[in-house]
Amino acid sequence: MSTDELELAGHVVELVRRLGGPGAQAEAVVTRADLALTRFANSFIHQNVAESTVGVRLRLHVDGRTAAGGGSVVSPEGLRALVERTLAAARLCPPDPAWPGLTPPSPVSAGPAVDEATIHAEPGERAARVRAFVDAVGGLGAAGYCRTSYRSGAFANSAGHSARGRSAEAAMDGIARAGGSDGVARRCADRLADLDGAALGGRAAAKARAAADPVELPPGRYEVVLEPAAVADLLQNLSWFGFNGKRYAERQSFAEPGAAQFDPSVSLVDDPLHGSNLPYDLEGTARRELSLVDGGVTRAVAHDRRSGAEVGASSTGHAMLGAATFGPVPRNLRLLTRSAAGGGPVGGGATDAGAPDGRGPTAAGAAGAVADADTAALVAGVRRGLLVSDLWYTRVLDPKSLVVTGLTRNGLWLIEDGVVTRAVRDLRFTESYPRALGPGTVLGLGRHAVRQPDRVDGVWWEAPPVRLASWHFTGGASG
Amino acid sequence: MTEFDAATAAVQAALDAGARYADARVMHRRYESMSARNGDIEELTQDESVGLGVRALVGSGWGFHAVPELSDAAARDAGRRAARIAAASARVPGPPIDLVPTRAAVASWAAPCTRDPLGVPLSEKGDLLVGATRAMAEHGADVAEGLYQIWDTAKWFVSSEGHRIDQRIRECGGGISATSIGDGETQRRSYPSYRGQYGTTGWELVESLDLAAHAARIAEESRALLTAPLCPAGETDLILGGEQLALQIHESVGHAIELDRILGWEAAFAGTSWLDLAQLGALRYGSELMTITIDPTIPGALGSFGYDDEGSPAVKRDAVREGRWVGVLAGRDSAAVAGLDYGGSVRADGWARLPMVRMTNVGLEPGPHTLDEIIAATDDGVLMDLNRSWSIDDKRLNFQFGCEIGWEVKNGRRGRMLRNPTYTGIGPLFWRSMDMLSSETVAWGTPNCGKGQPGQVGHTGHPAAPARFRNVRVGVRA
Repeated sequence: MSTDELELAGHVVELVRRLGGPGAQAEAVVTRADLALTRFANSFIHQNVAESTVGVRLRLHVDGRTAAGGGSVVSPEGLRALVERTLAAARLCPPDPAWPGLTPPSPVSAGPAVDEATIHAEPGERAARVRAFVDAVGGLGAAGYCRTSYRSGAFANSAGHSARGRSAEAAMDGIARAGGSDGVARRCADRLADLDGAALGGRAAAKARAAADPVELPPGRYEVVLEPAAVADLLQNLSWFGFNGKRYAERQSFAEPGAAQFDPSVSLVDDPLHGSNLPYDLEGTARRELSLVDGGVTRAVAHDRRSGAEVGASSTGHAMLGAATFGPVPRNLRLLTRSAAGGGPVGGGATDAGAPDGRGPTAAGAAGAVADADTAALVAGVRRGLLVSDLWYTRVLDPKSLVVTGLTRNGLWLIEDGVVTRAVRDLRFTESYPRALGPGTVLGLGRHAVRQPDRVDGVWWEAPPVRLASWHFTGGASG
Repeated sequence: MTEFDAATAAVQAALDAGARYADARVMHRRYESMSARNGDIEELTQDESVGLGVRALVGSGWGFHAVPELSDAAARDAGRRAARIAAASARVPGPPIDLVPTRAAVASWAAPCTRDPLGVPLSEKGDLLVGATRAMAEHGADVAEGLYQIWDTAKWFVSSEGHRIDQRIRECGGGISATSIGDGETQRRSYPSYRGQYGTTGWELVESLDLAAHAARIAEESRALLTAPLCPAGETDLILGGEQLALQIHESVGHAIELDRILGWEAAFAGTSWLDLAQLGALRYGSELMTITIDPTIPGALGSFGYDDEGSPAVKRDAVREGRWVGVLAGRDSAAVAGLDYGGSVRADGWARLPMVRMTNVGLEPGPHTLDEIIAATDDGVLMDLNRSWSIDDKRLNFQFGCEIGWEVKNGRRGRMLRNPTYTGIGPLFWRSMDMLSSETVAWGTPNCGKGQPGQVGHTGHPAAPARFRNVRVGVRA
């Protein structure tokens, strides 16, 4: 039997037609993946893994009833068993009056070119980047990972629509550890060659050293500069709970298309093909750029065919595994930079005064806290506030107001009169994310966005540093 | 070719390629889930996954490779690749690795199961969810959801030390949730917990929950919560229901006693632990009422098994004895680093994932009281139950949890309902403040414990009962 993904997907669809009758509707996705991840801690590689997998997903609708199935067995017998059990399941299910139908034949682009070197990266190439990171931290402890991934897949349905594509991605995420203080650097790229372990290690080490000897600050509201890693958490939660078409249809989302819910400097775009990604979703709909917020005005939420039909909208290409339960979620979100959004400078007092060598305005004890000129420009405008590297273990207290609690991690510093003066112990916060980004709250936005990897390959969050007027810290990490 | 043959071929290939130790797991897992919303089936999914993962130790470096095929050629190739990856680890080498000894068992084990959950007709399972969600919608819920999940896992383990173990573990569970939507916020009530209760058992677990009988109540409570007074802010005595206490144990004890975290192996992601091995056996973790065991032998609990995923047999151990920290969750390699003589808590989320230290069943031994006695003994406090949000720092010290519902407790009586109850604290200080503990223990199952890179989802059990904690900060909000 062919191993070609499109032929396999077509074979599954044909099997459904043969076994389920001409009225059976079916869609099939076949994806092969090669994922490899080299993990290090205490400055040595302690876990080093690779997997080659194949997965087939089938959803079918027969006699008004719907069922889905999947598996890793793509032999002729395995595919036939998949079709037979999914057909049997559908026939035993209650009717599905909300079945949205199949994606009609429609063009799907080939997607961005993939980097062959990343596809074929050897374990030694990942280990070499880890070696460079560990060497660059200069005697501090180091921990993190370097990973590569490759996916090749295809989609077919019984309406005659098909698509195929390939994607490759690389990511590196590491911390340097200086006593009880950590500094972080992470990046996601389309090419392994674009990941510089030494540069990331050097940045993490500088921040870890700058985070030493932290002081306690009382909880309360502080102005903040959030670095891209921290902003990524905002984007992720806004996506899962706000720009999620199912939650929107259920009135559990804050999103109100047409309303000025954000600061005018905020423009959010879900842009899966801005990086290497498969060019179609689980229903075969073409992935494309979707403007969610434009100049502070909410424009759209993400839909698959089912959530779209519920509110009279079309799919935006966001069908994903589990979407029937959790909803369709934008997972390649970009907070546009000042230049990308087409606007002029943003921000009360923020200037581009950061040092060109990347070292920002810092007192001697906090040298290295500000790692780039972009962040430095935002810090320079803050009279009293906090510089936040990263957020951790954020959880939603209420999905509609999107009140989130979590902690700072991997570096927190006090800013006084535009200068980072000293490290601060981690703080817990409880904050409404839409409110924190609401009209009049964004005091500055960086010029350069950094793509942050998600825990899952193919998912990323891209943002510049952001200066916000207020962030509600509700407790110290020590109590 | 049998599954044992494939695993044996993979191990031999890894040894031939230079490994000094290797093990392999073949897993065959069938998964089924169904969800319903407002009286309609929302999704039915059935998955079947088969594959092999092989782990090789070359020098002081581990390598792991997984493939979705069980042919001799594929298995041998996976073994060779695992060894090659392990060799690459030597570019950034660590200290020498030993494995604490374990008997090379040749064994077969199965979890108890009275009614095969995959054998229950889909129509019966669908009717259960449709009926319960319809009842919630009729009683005021804006979004009424129901869910069950079933995993049926067969696995075959072979090691270069002579292990040859097969296990069959069937897991299932389910639950219902009612959400009411107000102006600017939502309120949710669930039964028996959000996304349900789970165990290593048959469909009899779901039947015992009697979901339909609780549908109307939770729908009405979710609606009533929209207009209930806010949980007051301040310090007070806190009574936690058993389900929330299970989550408290999971987050502030279970993860903290994971040896890989204590050793720094999870520092960049899941985090480390506030615990220091030098204090094992001496540190006061909590009050004398606090005895927590690591017990994968509890019949039907979600974290139970016969052997872990590196061949160590299930053994009950103490983690905290009468408030004193005495044990950890360990694997064979981490235990050797720590100078301990036991592993037994290593598991992998499927054939494509590396086995790592995971919770089994980590829970409280029963106390001497009842919930009614605890309430009756409380002059001024708040009772909270069913987790809604959970957040804890990377050392497992500072936590903030939100619950679905709270009640005022005044002069020994449960009073008015409170909305948006939250509480926060520092793990050991919190546990030291526990002064009453119920005997009404339930082995709660958590099927969504995330850890590892690439990510793994663990299934853990947490025996817990209602308890009281003194002078806790409650009512934290934005």
